[in-house]
Amino acid sequence: MSTLAGQAPASHISLYSFLSGLPGVDQVGAEARAAGLGTRSIKKESKVWAIDTAISMVDLTTLEGADTPGKVRAISAKALHPDPTDLSTPSVAAVCVYGDLVYAAREVVGNRIHVAAVATAFPSGRASLSVKLADTKDAVVAGADEIDMVIDRGAFLTGNYAKVFEEIVAIKEVCGNAHLKVILETGELKTLDNVRKASWLAMKAGADFIKTSTGKVVPAATLPVTLVMLEAVRDFHQETGTKIGVKAAGGIKTSKDAIKYLVLVNETVGDAWLTPDLFRFGASTLLNDLLMQRQKMITGHYSGPDYVTID
Amino acid sequence: MTFQYAPAPESTSIVNIKSSNGLFINGEFTPGHGTPFKTINPATEEVLAEISQANQEDVDAAVLAARKAYDKTWSKMTGRDRGKYLFRIARLIQERAREFAVLETMDNGKPIKESRDVDIPIAAAHFFYHAGWADKLEFAGFGNNPQPLGVAAQIIPWNFPLLMLAWKIAPALATGNTVVLKPAETTPLTALLFAEICQQADLPPGVVNILTGDGETGRMLVEHPDVNKIAFTGSTAVGQAIQRQIAGSNKRLTLELGGKAANIVFEDAPIDQAVEGIVNGIYFNQGHVCCAGSRLLLQESIAEQTIESLKRRLQTLRLGDPLDKNTDIGAINSREQLDRIIELTKSGEDEGAQRWSPDCAIPEKGFWFAPTVFTNVTQAHRIAREEIFGPVLSVLTFRTPDEAIEKANNTPYGLSAGIWTEKGSRILAMANKVRAGVVWANTFNRFDPASPFGGYKESGFGREGGVQGLGAYLTSEETS
Repeated sequence: MSTLAGQAPASHISLYSFLSGLPGVDQVGAEARAAGLGTRSIKKESKVWAIDTAISMVDLTTLEGADTPGKVRAISAKALHPDPTDLSTPSVAAVCVYGDLVYAAREVVGNRIHVAAVATAFPSGRASLSVKLADTKDAVVAGADEIDMVIDRGAFLTGNYAKVFEEIVAIKEVCGNAHLKVILETGELKTLDNVRKASWLAMKAGADFIKTSTGKVVPAATLPVTLVMLEAVRDFHQETGTKIGVKAAGGIKTSKDAIKYLVLVNETVGDAWLTPDLFRFGASTLLNDLLMQRQKMITGHYSGPDYVTID
Repeated sequence: MTFQYAPAPESTSIVNIKSSNGLFINGEFTPGHGTPFKTINPATEEVLAEISQANQEDVDAAVLAARKAYDKTWSKMTGRDRGKYLFRIARLIQERAREFAVLETMDNGKPIKESRDVDIPIAAAHFFYHAGWADKLEFAGFGNNPQPLGVAAQIIPWNFPLLMLAWKIAPALATGNTVVLKPAETTPLTALLFAEICQQADLPPGVVNILTGDGETGRMLVEHPDVNKIAFTGSTAVGQAIQRQIAGSNKRLTLELGGKAANIVFEDAPIDQAVEGIVNGIYFNQGHVCCAGSRLLLQESIAEQTIESLKRRLQTLRLGDPLDKNTDIGAINSREQLDRIIELTKSGEDEGAQRWSPDCAIPEKGFWFAPTVFTNVTQAHRIAREEIFGPVLSVLTFRTPDEAIEKANNTPYGLSAGIWTEKGSRILAMANKVRAGVVWANTFNRFDPASPFGGYKESGFGREGGVQGLGAYLTSEETS
């Protein structure tokens, strides 16, 4: 506060006060609650439903330096028809790539599913605002209808919430009609108090989604972090009537884990959020495990990794 | 379609319930001489088994067996060797944990997730903990040669049958005493399974004796002249009766009785976790918890918002088949207890408190009570003073920390309390002023064998668990 008082406009001071005045998060309690929900036993028809729902919520992701148009076309084809042997399998929600490869994804998926681009000097966010804006514009022009931006964690951790806020506002503006997902990179924010503050900050600045992680920092998504973000989304909805989405990204590899997240959503914000419009998984390997579980539920036996595609 | 959870019942094939059960005396199962009674599954009202009723003859035989075992083997054995038996029992409970959990849920009505994740693991932990003490008693602070008391008569309630058994038997055996234990009339099955564990562990005959029966059996046990120590957990009324019964004798006594705990939430609390703590405090185990946080004290500035959050949270509680792994609220243990809950909640309405429960379907058979919240409760209401021992929360408010203390302490009980605030100094200040044996800060209903548990005032005296709990079974005087 002392660093802000004097030079900062009143709205920034009130933002700081607001975030500092949020109720604390007791880490032990939040972890216990997340672990408790993790013991829900989801079987039979509820598992069938959960697996299809989880598939439809996947942002199928490739974010490597070695990505090529060919690689992106391959995952885009998979995103449309995750299981070529069973066309009743739902498509995933989106393909998530770097901005320069958006065109390749768009060529394959057309308007059938979303194309998300990471932007704003992903994953570190260490660049000037003008570079971040240009990065975002490029992706939107190339056809991305979802932008996954990173916040400036350095600014956040020094208490310069106004800088983080203004960046989000500026990026949102150049997004146009594209949906904005704001990556908090909770693995660098460390405390659940910070997760709650950053969630509110992003929502107030205009995020359509708040997202846990880039996937480049360990830990990425965890159940307690996602719980705290869902609680923030729930409270924001109660206060403003606006529904903000949540994306858990990174580290979710198995169907069992994915189902735990769905239980968390169901019992924290309610089933209105159990739609790809409001909950997503940022993942690459998760999809194949979901597909193998799906095949198992239908045929009654495990097929094995050679019966799902590797792209 | 919304996210429905399909039934996920735990299989009962692991348990093998005998249609008729004897008493466990001197290492053997023997038929009782009283009129047998039946134990039922409170979720279905089906009879589970016929149980022996111990009469005077059986009580005499059990106390005699315990006395012989005390004199001849157990008090003579080194602490190190006693510890080995306790470790063995602890491991056997873990090995047969699923069997214990299913049986506990069938006989008691509590959700399988609680018997599986709380009751049975903590019961095993108590044996592990006390096994470690068995050869270190001279360092426990009771003099350099602490001695056991002799034969301990132990009477336990129906809310945590195996766990209360562990709280009683583990410290008694670790300190060199022998035991005659009476489980509650409505929940004898896990105690009888524990008797099998004693056989499996080759525990010397007579060290542990288990007598099933009703209150009359308990009375005979308490009055038996050859009993040195009585440990009772149950209602305050029975605790008082026991005190009267043993007046003038040299029997040592510890009592763990009722409670009406205040769960105090300040405006600077971590609200989401406080709501979880409120739920865990009063709806855990259907509120059949002597240390339940049955009085919620909310600071007025956050009262409305917290009640709203609490109600939203209660709508996600799942009431039903206790064996279903997703059940949060199981069955009330008995018709008698259900009637008491109904009577007290009716008095709450009659006295003008506002009653609320989430929509939840109540099964047709069995004993059930929906989670209930009373708001607009005052200190003058019966539901703010009497122990309901059910899933019923009374919400009161306060303005200042002093008022919170005053209201929290304004009860004949003093077993436990909860304090919710992010401010560390306030936790310490409050904990010093609340007259309760256990004070939880930013959590509730957490139990650990290393932490002593017990009450003030009408909640009883003596401590169970921790180094303090050992004192209830030791004397620095030379016995015999």
